[in-house]
Amino acid sequence: MTPRSREGPLAGPEPLIEVHAHFLHARCGRKDWRERNAARLRAGERIGITVHVASVLGTWGHTSPIYFPSPADVALGNDEMLALQRQEGDRVRSYVTVNPNDERHALDEIDRCLAGGAIGIKLAASRRADDPLLDPIAEEAARRGVPVLQHVWQHRRRDWPGQEASDGVELARLAVRHPTVPFILAHIGGGGDWQHTLPALADVPNVYVDLSGSGVDRGMLDRTVAAVGPARIVWGSDLTMETGLAKLWALDAVGLSREDIAAIRWRNAARIFPPGSFPALASDAPASPRAAARAS
Amino acid sequence: MTIDVHTWIGAYPFRDVPHPDPEVLVRVLEREGVKGAWVGHLPSAFWRDPSTGNEALFQATERWPSVLHAIPCVRPDWPQWERALRAVVSRGVPAVRAYPPQWGFAPQDASMLELAAACGEAGVVVQLTTRFEDARQRHWMDTAGDLSGATIRSIARASDRVHVVVCGAGRALVEEVHWGLTPAERARVWWDISWLWGPPEDDLAHLLRTCGAERFVHGSAWPLRLAQTPRANLALLPDDVLGATLTSADAIAKGAQLAIAK
Repeated sequence: MTPRSREGPLAGPEPLIEVHAHFLHARCGRKDWRERNAARLRAGERIGITVHVASVLGTWGHTSPIYFPSPADVALGNDEMLALQRQEGDRVRSYVTVNPNDERHALDEIDRCLAGGAIGIKLAASRRADDPLLDPIAEEAARRGVPVLQHVWQHRRRDWPGQEASDGVELARLAVRHPTVPFILAHIGGGGDWQHTLPALADVPNVYVDLSGSGVDRGMLDRTVAAVGPARIVWGSDLTMETGLAKLWALDAVGLSREDIAAIRWRNAARIFPPGSFPALASDAPASPRAAARAS
Repeated sequence: MTIDVHTWIGAYPFRDVPHPDPEVLVRVLEREGVKGAWVGHLPSAFWRDPSTGNEALFQATERWPSVLHAIPCVRPDWPQWERALRAVVSRGVPAVRAYPPQWGFAPQDASMLELAAACGEAGVVVQLTTRFEDARQRHWMDTAGDLSGATIRSIARASDRVHVVVCGAGRALVEEVHWGLTPAERARVWWDISWLWGPPEDDLAHLLRTCGAERFVHGSAWPLRLAQTPRANLALLPDDVLGATLTSADAIAKGAQLAIAK
């Protein structure tokens, strides 16, 4: 018999910010887009996710490639994401997705969507992370004070079809060039060799590791904590929320303190996103360890 | 009570895995509220001759006879495999592991089909492993590839007494095999849930609805993967399948035994 209990959030009552979520929309070519979005929100309620920070990658391949979206599809996806944010209130926040190959369009989208309520920038796999074409976007992130979530293929040893993916070494190069920008390395459990990524990030303090991805390798959490410390880890699920929940449960087994777990669950995210990004936290939780200290 | 059919002890050749030890597994099972486990010997999957691994497995698990159930490995293209099978069956094992991709077998490999049929005649389950790691992270020397649907279908058809548990399959493989077998054949194949996606795609929920919860069994892939994952997946099922009853490993093993009594 599988569990039936509904007593409180499965991941506990503490705040929880999901930094790597996605939603679908009517023009992404999937008839079940409403069901998938509803499933994410339902699972989020059950897990106890306070805020989903999410992106839409164009039309998810329907009218242009997922990782090489056309300008029109980039704008459409961002519009859909912002519309969902307006619809769902405080529990959903948006990244503005851009394709850096269209620099002017990318910068205009950042301007338009941050004004519309987005709180971060999503870079997928349209261009390698250390390519100079990403510098104007990182400079804009620095100027606006927003983080950049960078899609990463851990230890990319060859090119994979349909994407110009980056690995941790390449993201680290970008991050070194833009030391004031918080970069979130996407899905350490999302495929590729995560063990290669960790030493690449050790000396780059403005790169944060997002725990999302379907990979639930034992040893991954322990070694991530050892490599970058709990102050540089953020929680997410991406496409598999059950693995996200399993990792939250596993954090208890890693031997972290309650304070460290809170940092991973929400405090690090609250620190790297712009102030006021998460009204859902304001009523019941201080936004930073410093604020927590003041409040106690 | 739940039994995790998908666990091993011992080192993995392609990366360091923390504490793949039987006493740790016993603690993990207790923490997860799982009564017991079918346990394999992980290095044996990659050894040419698994026989010494079987002995190591039996010795390592003998302290916990009611919790850890050794599932030895029999390689059917090895001389005297029939004797090896008889030897492990005589020790009361519920299942025998086989690793066709790691042994370089084609889907209809005759020796593998002989082993499957012999397991059916002996009243033990054939246990197969789809993968050990995500394809995107494999070591460059790990070239075996995933277990194929064609292989599973061939094994399921080897005899009408064959009972098969497949671990680590994703939705596409489950559906390819399930709907590619007759109702009688698919009734002798079970799938562990260790690699089936939960929300938002809800692959596990979909399969419970379409194939039936009775075709699925609890499994985690410990020590390679977190033992918490199947519990999380079950806890996040949508309302219409929340609380669905999976088949127990004991019932599968009993079914294999009953088949030879017919």
